Formats: sequence, structure tokens, C-alpha cells
Amino acid sequence: MKISKKTTNRLPAVSTASLPDIVFMLLFFFMTVTTIKDNTLLVDNNLPSADKVKELTKKDRIIEIFVGKPSPELATILGAEPKIQLDDRLAHVKDVGPYVLSELAKKPDAIRNLVTVSLKVDKNVNVGIVSDIKQELRKVNVLKVNYTTYEGSPERISQ
Amino acid sequence: MARNNEIPEVNAGSMADIAFLLLIFFLVTTTIQTDVGIDRKLPPQETTPPLPINERNIFRVSLNKNDELFVEGDVLSIDQLKTSAITFLDNGGSSKEDANHCNYCKGEHRVDSSDNPQEAIIAFNSDREASYGMYIRVQNELTAAYTALRNREAQRMFNMDFVDMEEIYFDVKTSVQTKKKLKTEISQIRNMYPMKLSEAETKFNL
Repeated sequence: MKISKKTTNRLPAVSTASLPDIVFMLLFFFMTVTTIKDNTLLVDNNLPSADKVKELTKKDRIIEIFVGKPSPELATILGAEPKIQLDDRLAHVKDVGPYVLSELAKKPDAIRNLVTVSLKVDKNVNVGIVSDIKQELRKVNVLKVNYTTYEGSPERISQ
Repeated sequence: MARNNEIPEVNAGSMADIAFLLLIFFLVTTTIQTDVGIDRKLPPQETTPPLPINERNIFRVSLNKNDELFVEGDVLSIDQLKTSAITFLDNGGSSKEDANHCNYCKGEHRVDSSDNPQEAIIAFNSDREASYGMYIRVQNELTAAYTALRNREAQRMFNMDFVDMEEIYFDVKTSVQTKKKLKTEISQIRNMYPMKLSEAETKFNL
């Protein structure tokens, strides 16, 4: 059967040649804004939100302490009780003091007084463990703390 | 069908797929790090023997294990905490003849509430079982109360919000001279409404 020559009456296809450019642009944006985490989180860390916050400006003056329930894949081994994460390992409350002091010793003399402990605590954790940490910090005389939060209006907590 | 002897053009259509793949990888691995929070200073370990404080100068806020808020013994909703804290701090109960009469307070000057903002203490107790999210909310509301009062006074005296003053002060681009001036002004406002937030480890008895 003879096929008649097609007349090109339909709309030309939209050129997708610029699509890679757009996607690359997005890609570069994300590559530049991404801060690679220096330690993997072993605990859930769903921070609370607050709006009356102050910025932690200097990254070198911060010692981070993470608190939260162990992440789901570790929960089978470690149980569901909230744990403290120092650096990249889980620790006991008693280890907080020595850890903070050792981190403090790594900082240059000039900024040692200005070091702030950033408490990154999951919002579903009980206050008890946080006050234990604060007691430990008082023992080693590191008194500046920052309850690190997300910025935003504090959400309602169902009672 | 005629044979095409030309070298076919490399198909760039899959480039988008590759880029998308990379994009999705970065999207998934990115955790936008937060670097804001509520600053607090812990009290030093060696506690001086407690000074006798008049009960009327203490504003008791407590949180029980069910995340319920009690203010001065009564249940209060978290939305009302800020206003009631402001009422307490801004009361200025001491009489005009008194040396530490608060002349800038706009409160009700009630005798059963705080004498002046310098002596007013907010005591915040939290049960160990209370959730941290709620704890931060309370901290946030109390900070908001202080900020509101400080903003009001800064606005009255320097035509500027206290928060903005602090922001300019901590900005690296601000000149040394402005910083000096701001520092005295900021500490002046801070002295008018000092943040006295005690979290003493007292037993929570209801």
C-alpha cells in the first residue's frame, strides 16, 4: 500500500534542549548551599521551633551536643530511650563534662570564654535528660548554652 | 526507506535525566543546618546562700509531666503566658517615696505583685517528664515578654527597637563608634529589664 507523503501540519515538538541547563542551574544551587554534615546523626533530631531566637554566628565557638531517641535502625539494639550523642558516638550523661572540656582544650585560648554549647535536642525528649546535661555543664563551668531550634512560629503541642 | 549515511547527532535528551539524578541526590542528602536558638546562661555551680526574696517578687511558672502549664498555682494557657509575664514584670509596685520606685513601668502598681523589674524574678520549674518541645515554647514566651518590654523602652528612649539595636551592634559592618554608643544604650535597657530567669532545682509540689 502506498503511503502518501505526510504533510507537516501538526505542531512542532517543544524543544527540550534547554532543560539540562535549567536542571544544572538547580543542581549548582544545591551544591553550593549544601553544608556537608561532619558527623552522622545516630539519634533522631527533630528540633523544636521558636521565634525569639538569636543567631549562632561563629561556627568555631560552638560545641554541639545532640540528644534524641536512637534512629529507627538502631532502636532495635539501643532501645527507645533518649540518648546523648557527642561527636559521632553515643555517650552517657557522665561523659558530657569531660567531652566538653576536651573540645574546649582544642580551641584557641582567645575564644575559650566565648564558647557556647549548642544543645540540639529532639522535641519529643523529656526535659529530665536536658537538665542532667545542664548540671554536668555547670560542674565544668561551661555556662553559655544555646537551645538550638528551627526558626519559625512555635507549633501547638497536643496536650 | 533511505539510508542515512551522516553521523547521527548525539542525543542530549538523557542529559536532563543525568542532571536530575544528581539534583535528586543533593536534594536528599542536604540537611539545611540550623544555626539559631535561644541563648541562656546557666548559673554557676558554687551557689551563694540564697537571699531572702519576697514572694511577691517571684513569678512561678511550672510545667508538669503532662505538659500542662501552671502560673502562680493556676492552670494557664501558653498563649496567655506572655501577657501575664509582662503584667508581672511591668508592675512596679513600690511606692513613689521608695528609693527603687520604677518610674518607667506602665503596670498596675499593685502591692501584691513585683516591686520593680530589677527585683522581679521568674522562676521556671519543669517536671523531668515534660516534653522538650513544650519547654522551649515556655522559654520562647518568656523571652518574648522580656523582648516586648525592652523594645518598648528602647522605642521610647532611642526611637528604635531593642532587637534592631542588638542586630546593628552584632553586625560586623557597624563602625566602632556606633558600637560604643549602642553598647551603653543596650546595657541601659538591659538594666531596666534584666532577665532574671531562675531554673532552680526545687521540688515541684502541686
